[in-house]
Amino acid sequence: MLDSKIPGGTLDSKWTKYKGNVKLVNPANKRKLEVIIVGTGLAGSSAAASLGEMGYKVKAFCFQDSPRRAHSIAAQGGINAAKNYQNDGDSVYRLFYDTIKGGDYRAREANVHRLAEVSTNIIDQCVAQGVPFAREYGGLLSNRSFGGTQVQRTFYAAGQTGQQLLIGAYQALERQVALGTVTMYSRHEMVELVIIDGKARGIIARNLVTGELERHFGHAVLLCTGGYGNVFYLSTNAMGSNVTAAWKAHKQGAYFANPCFTQIHPTCIPVSGDHQSKLTLMSESLRNDGRIWVPAKQGDNRPANEIPEEERDYYLERRYPAFGNLVPRDVASRAAKERCDAGYGVGSSKQAVYLDYAAAIQRYGKAEVSKRNLGNVAPDVITALGKEVVKEKYGNLFDMYAKITGENPYEVPMRIYPAVHYTMGGLWVDYELKTTIDGLYALGEANFSEHGANRLGASALMQGLADGYFVIPYTLGNYLADDIRTQSISTDHEAFVAAEKKASDRINTLMSIKGNQTVESFHKRLGKIIWDKCGMARNAEGLKQAIKEVQALKAEFWSDVRIPGEINGMNPELDKAGRVADFIELGELMCLDALERNESCGGHFREEFQTPDGEALRDDENYMYVAAWENKGNSWELHKEILNYEIVKPSQRSYK
Amino acid sequence: MQHYSMNLKLKVWRQKNSHDQGHFENYDVKDISSEMSFLEMIDVLNERLIKEGHDSIAFDHDCREGICGMCSMVINGQPHGPWKGTTTCQLHMRAFKDGDVITIEPFRANAYPVIKDLMVSRSAFDRIIQAGGYVSVNTGNAVDGNAIPIEKDKADDAFAAAACIGCGACVAACKNASAMLFVSAKVSHLALLPQGEPERKQRVVSMIAQMDKEGFGSCTNTYACEAECPKEISVMNIARLNREYLQSSLSGS
Ligand SMILES: Cc1cc2nc3c(=O)[nH]c(=O)nc-3n(C[C@H](O)[C@H](O)[C@H](O)COP(=O)(O)OP(=O)(O)OC[C@H]3O[C@@H](n4cnc5c(N)ncnc54)[C@H](O)[C@@H]3O)c2cc1C
Ligand code: SF4
Ligand code: FES
Repeated sequence: MLDSKIPGGTLDSKWTKYKGNVKLVNPANKRKLEVIIVGTGLAGSSAAASLGEMGYKVKAFCFQDSPRRAHSIAAQGGINAAKNYQNDGDSVYRLFYDTIKGGDYRAREANVHRLAEVSTNIIDQCVAQGVPFAREYGGLLSNRSFGGTQVQRTFYAAGQTGQQLLIGAYQALERQVALGTVTMYSRHEMVELVIIDGKARGIIARNLVTGELERHFGHAVLLCTGGYGNVFYLSTNAMGSNVTAAWKAHKQGAYFANPCFTQIHPTCIPVSGDHQSKLTLMSESLRNDGRIWVPAKQGDNRPANEIPEEERDYYLERRYPAFGNLVPRDVASRAAKERCDAGYGVGSSKQAVYLDYAAAIQRYGKAEVSKRNLGNVAPDVITALGKEVVKEKYGNLFDMYAKITGENPYEVPMRIYPAVHYTMGGLWVDYELKTTIDGLYALGEANFSEHGANRLGASALMQGLADGYFVIPYTLGNYLADDIRTQSISTDHEAFVAAEKKASDRINTLMSIKGNQTVESFHKRLGKIIWDKCGMARNAEGLKQAIKEVQALKAEFWSDVRIPGEINGMNPELDKAGRVADFIELGELMCLDALERNESCGGHFREEFQTPDGEALRDDENYMYVAAWENKGNSWELHKEILNYEIVKPSQRSYK
Repeated sequence: MQHYSMNLKLKVWRQKNSHDQGHFENYDVKDISSEMSFLEMIDVLNERLIKEGHDSIAFDHDCREGICGMCSMVINGQPHGPWKGTTTCQLHMRAFKDGDVITIEPFRANAYPVIKDLMVSRSAFDRIIQAGGYVSVNTGNAVDGNAIPIEKDKADDAFAAAACIGCGACVAACKNASAMLFVSAKVSHLALLPQGEPERKQRVVSMIAQMDKEGFGSCTNTYACEAECPKEISVMNIARLNREYLQSSLSGS
């Protein structure tokens, strides 16, 4: 039975009540309790630092050479919090409501409300750590708006918000390393979970430098291993982002929830050729000031600047007058795909739309002229001043665009197209962030919670830090309080021996195949299947076919992959092979989940289920549940967590 | 933008592990598109090497968008290659032309042992941060984010210093393998903010002590670091660090 363990009481009192009644562990006992944290992104670093400060003995793992390099570092646009510093009507309730609505009514109310409640503490904590958020001239914190909301609640540090937040958490983590409460294992990859008497008790990690398999014991294990967007091969995720840790847990009993809920981000740099290894995001914050358009005429090949105003179609402003360019991501992505599929796309591939800053440059330029009392000035002065403002706000993003494309976005509109960005699905967790395996927790993007079928911008950073700083410190204690008498278990225990053998057998098998095809080529093929048939639009026919193709690909992988190098030593190809093997299995489950959900909601768009004007058509009567999949070896069993909306009344999302 | 295709000669540093001596290996690569990133060019070569039964070239990378600090490589003598303010992963092949010879080596410094091929260990940087590169504030101890206003200029300067990605190119660029730019960026970031004030004196002393212990060389103000830094961290930070250090030593703490 799936028990989400949502505490009783009114929605806004649940978390306070929970904290008031939660079991505590006294300081002397904390020192005896060991906690394994896999992953050092925002979720993992913040959890490691906080639990270390509380006195637990923490072991933290990451596959990069330093915890500071986790994928969170790449987040650009910002982090939400219900501070209402702008006095524009924001509140905890509104942030809660926007998130539930943005998620197309497929998230759990209690979790989302808790998230909105602690959001304000996050900003305070980060400021105290020295995170240099953007500020106004008066010295106070600055905010911007983001998609799917009508208030300004996004805190940011230029286009490097994730970097600054992660460095804050990383520094807090390193402080604990210095104090001896946290031991850091960089260049280590978790390759197996160890379960003893039904409880998660440790991991097997591969030391990526020496190739050795190591056994690590913990009274509890926290997976903070990020999302699985790289199943698509091309995504905005870092190259190493993977599902392996979560997948190992899944194969040993942790349910995987809503795997088909993936987010395709509307504003990324388009694919330029077969060689492409990853895609680059242009932060959603650019939609604040930039205007999105395509030529009004099909197949118009004129350069953007030669297309007059009246021959442009600002299709988001046209279709969604209330939110305009700031509609949620799923809506914006589909609208771009619709225009390109209909033959209005731009650029050499025709798979792109324009993101135009000309109007914003003029607007900011004029504002500067009046701010500085310059009176009547020449148009190029206005343009120059406007560019300065845009540069201050978005400079690093514009630079990035210029480096990749060789074009100057201050002069010509950027070309953008949707790309895989974030995964709402993940390990199923209850209110305490515990998976269906006792003692195993999932935090951050690795779990499925909070964002339903579509995540709003600037709320992943918020969730990662909420989970790590403010939720797990309470909920983990509630579990460990009953475990204070459990002595550390020796890693000679048979469960450790068996788990290590399983991991080493798998590595040996992979190395012994000695086939003809590279890991990369398999990954590319997997990505293409999933993108074509389980991407921005899906249908039953395609999904059934995709499942067959993925199964065939799996068989081919295990009989024909070629991995160079050795087991005992640094071998990036071997690491990648293990990850791709897991992605292939996940790909099948994603298609299965998408096939089973006969409705459209958020990022899951089933072509058979749409309104006459092409919007997602939900089926609340039959699908208002979390699909939690149990692994049964070669098949899966579906468990449903029915979602009860006590406060918000689900309706068709409208951004018109 | 006109795209073109090119053939290149690569001289790549190959080294099995930290004990191996290492040597250069020559490779011809063909039909490289000017639209590719530098690392995608190496991906293409690696795919070929694997197919031919050789080991692939090991190199560090992750975000491939210039922010994680994982990629390294010295390209034609320059850490992160020829483009100013650019990481290796952001370098694109339109920086090169048909027939070019490109030499690719790991970042070299005593404090950066080679792990394999182009991959080095930069864990010394983490230990320098452990020595004091933080504000000692436990979770839950914070006052309201707007309780202490910070002048915009100061906040902007702190941000500019905090933009350091910890890549270590400054060390690789320096003939003394000094880590001063990296350390000064962190010292500046925190010294500029009121939150960093209470530990200001201790921080700079401890971080410098750790830097010396790790075997980085001393700074002789040649500024090669600033020229090669992909985030264009200013050497003004080194001046600030020196002031901070002097004041801390004078006040005897
Ligand atoms: C380009 C980009 C921009 C974004 N911008 C924003 C934004 O502006 N606002 C926002 O709210 N969100 C944004 N997001 C989303 C957000 O960045 C992520 O969802 C979030 O950072 C995930 O944090 P995390 O801590 O869960 O995981 P990650 O940061 O992905 O960290 C995963 C960690 O797990 C480790 N790991 C993984 N597998 C293993 C294993 N098997 N063994 C050992 N270690 C392992 C890794 O080493 C790493 O330390 C953006 C995402 C992208 C791709
Ligand atoms: S100062 Fe520059 S070169 Fe040195 S580590 Fe930081 S970003 Fe890299
Ligand atoms: S790979 Fe991240 S900075 Fe180059």
